[in-house]
Amino acid sequence: MSHEILQNIWYLLIGVLLTGYAILDGFDLGVGVLSPFVARGDRERRLLLNAIGPFWDGNEVWLLTGGGALFAAFPHVYATVFSGFYLALMLVLFALIVRAVSFEFRSKVESEGWRRAWDWVFFIGSLLPALLTGVAVGNVMRGVPLDAQMEFTGNFLTLLNPFSLLVGLTGLAMFITHGAIYLMVKTNGAVAERAKRRAVSGWTVLVILAGLTTGVAAVDVPARFDNYSRTPIAWAVPILAAIFLAVTRISLRRGEAGRAFLFSALSIAGLMGIFGLANYPYLLPARNAVEYGLTIYNASASQKTLTVMSVIALVGMPLVIAYTAYIYYIFRGKARVEEGGY
Amino acid sequence: MDPVTLARIQFGLTAAFHFLYPPVSIGLAWVIVYMGWRSLRTGEAIYDQMTRFWVKVLAMIFAIGVATGITLEFQFGTNWSTYSRFVGDIFGSPLAAEGVFAFFLESGFMGVLILGRNRVSKKFYWFSALMVALGSTLSAFWIIVANSWQQTPTAYQIVGEGALQRAELTNFWAAVFNPSTLPRYLHTVIASIFSGGFFVASTSAWYLLKGRHQEFARRSLTAGLVTAAVFSLLIPGAGHFHAVQVAETQPAKLAAFEGLFETQSGAAMVIWGFPDVENQTIRLNIAIPKLLSFLIDFDPNSTVTGLDQFPRDEWPPIALSFYPYHIMVLLGGWFILLPWLGLLLGEKRFTNQLFLKALLYSLPLPWAALELGWMAAEFGRQPWVVYGLLKTKDAVSVVVPAWQILLTLILFTVVYALLLALLIYLLKREFEHGPEPTVGAGLAPAQGKE
Repeated sequence: MSHEILQNIWYLLIGVLLTGYAILDGFDLGVGVLSPFVARGDRERRLLLNAIGPFWDGNEVWLLTGGGALFAAFPHVYATVFSGFYLALMLVLFALIVRAVSFEFRSKVESEGWRRAWDWVFFIGSLLPALLTGVAVGNVMRGVPLDAQMEFTGNFLTLLNPFSLLVGLTGLAMFITHGAIYLMVKTNGAVAERAKRRAVSGWTVLVILAGLTTGVAAVDVPARFDNYSRTPIAWAVPILAAIFLAVTRISLRRGEAGRAFLFSALSIAGLMGIFGLANYPYLLPARNAVEYGLTIYNASASQKTLTVMSVIALVGMPLVIAYTAYIYYIFRGKARVEEGGY
Repeated sequence: MDPVTLARIQFGLTAAFHFLYPPVSIGLAWVIVYMGWRSLRTGEAIYDQMTRFWVKVLAMIFAIGVATGITLEFQFGTNWSTYSRFVGDIFGSPLAAEGVFAFFLESGFMGVLILGRNRVSKKFYWFSALMVALGSTLSAFWIIVANSWQQTPTAYQIVGEGALQRAELTNFWAAVFNPSTLPRYLHTVIASIFSGGFFVASTSAWYLLKGRHQEFARRSLTAGLVTAAVFSLLIPGAGHFHAVQVAETQPAKLAAFEGLFETQSGAAMVIWGFPDVENQTIRLNIAIPKLLSFLIDFDPNSTVTGLDQFPRDEWPPIALSFYPYHIMVLLGGWFILLPWLGLLLGEKRFTNQLFLKALLYSLPLPWAALELGWMAAEFGRQPWVVYGLLKTKDAVSVVVPAWQILLTLILFTVVYALLLALLIYLLKREFEHGPEPTVGAGLAPAQGKE
């Protein structure tokens, strides 16, 4: 396959990996952010942990694999973004570290203080990634200052602009809604009732913020609309995303949790699609000078490496999806708190 | 301090801390696979009790391994962006392959091990343990491929100029099986399985000394001891295979390991001594004549390259290569001696206080050996980050100021110290609590499908 086709395929595949991450880790991060607001008392807290317990680690692997794939397929983007967004990424990293151990450690000691402390760790460890991944996406859409050596020339405050913060909040609302719907699927009674109320209000906030983001984008980053005006068929994706969001809301009203979850997942895919189409072919646009931007062409790995990576993906991912689906099937049905669990 | 030094300290600290967990997880997972298999074959409740307990221990160690592993994948980009640009075309694909072929497997089935006991059949539960063991062993393969390539780069061409220069892949399999991949992988995985076995044996010795959970502790001790005994014998073989490769492909590193300042024929093997870099000699040298030459070429009079063949500024740090390497080798001897002594003792190994105490107090030693071996491998590569191609000092991120690295370094130190303290505290509690009592026949909880 030609280098150009491979570069396009890998733009799509990185998008698929990040979308997989947003949908899967999205719900367990959302549950973490919601935990103080839907669970009362130790038993309900444990119910939440057990609802996501078998899955959260596998879900996070989508991020790790996405990172590895970005490193392999677009090394310059990996190098520029990770060094440029240094403090922000380190914050996400520390959050993910303490969150990961909170699952195992919380249940080990039956003291109220110990468990309350880990509840906080779990909440903050979920909140920071849920918020900051959106802020990162916002900056990747908006563009950052770069030089001819592809290096980031801004600082930490450059990243905290209103548009990116708005995208961060939109992402947070999206994860909260998604997590709340997940809890409707996996729990019963009072917890499920509370989760439903959070899902409905989360959905409303998400729609308002998404609209607001679009408005601010028109003023702050008009270049991201170019692909849509050049190729009007691209509007199909935002329209689909809107339909998915609407169906999510309708399913919520009817109390069809399973369907709401499916359409919430599709909405996330739609929102990621909007982002992917808006940025193409840029992986990281330069805000100071268009020609410094990192594209799928100037930032990619060699044809050979992209070919190898395609084979790895083709052989590995069907297997991954098959056994992951089976593990979800094993843990189907309502979550329960049992001996040996969290 | 300058950003290069800070970034190096940070990488050393976070990698060394992470490396405390995966090797013992790999080994423990295989020991659990063995216990689960015995449980399936014999149907004895004791083996069920054993898998139950050791899975709990594995889950805690595994969790910290996962958490601290994320740091490393981020860190290449955050602190070493010039390195990432240079190696990305080759180094990135093994990392991605590790995610696709290993991380998904181990994390997915780890969920089943921790929470799925009552939801799957006994056979499937055992299969899950097997998948965790396989996943973690595969994970070691891909990360060692990546590390080995920077030790002995193969199958690349240099493209581009200045800061944007990079190595491009010319042959995937040749890069994967570069000269040091197999020796390094075998040496590391064998040592990992050994460390898992030794951990089980050593902690079981504690129960026997305390006179608690006798049956459980005896079976666990034997399972761990047999594993440790078998794999301890394979370590020197794999280590030798690895050293011969180092002599061929990274002679400066071997010279630093051995403290060989002068190129010479019939080189002696230093058992212990104190390298004096100023005077280029080994003080208080205990050595076996001609052994080094013999081990490397099967010829006692062959010539071994010394440090004199390399410009002074391309020498690895001698003390930091020599001591870790030598202590590791000496520990390797103890690791053969102790488990075999235990097997020779027969039934007395469960009651011999001296043996049990030696086993218990040796608990930290496999970790020491693993860390020292890893340090020798990495210090011995200096001053290169990619051997012969890119120096460590030229590999850091150019845009990250020193104060930010220092800030995160302090945070890593605090958070990691806390994590280690918590883990030790919780493991100690778990061991004090001990295994859940076996349930008599007829009272066993339903193990079948829902």
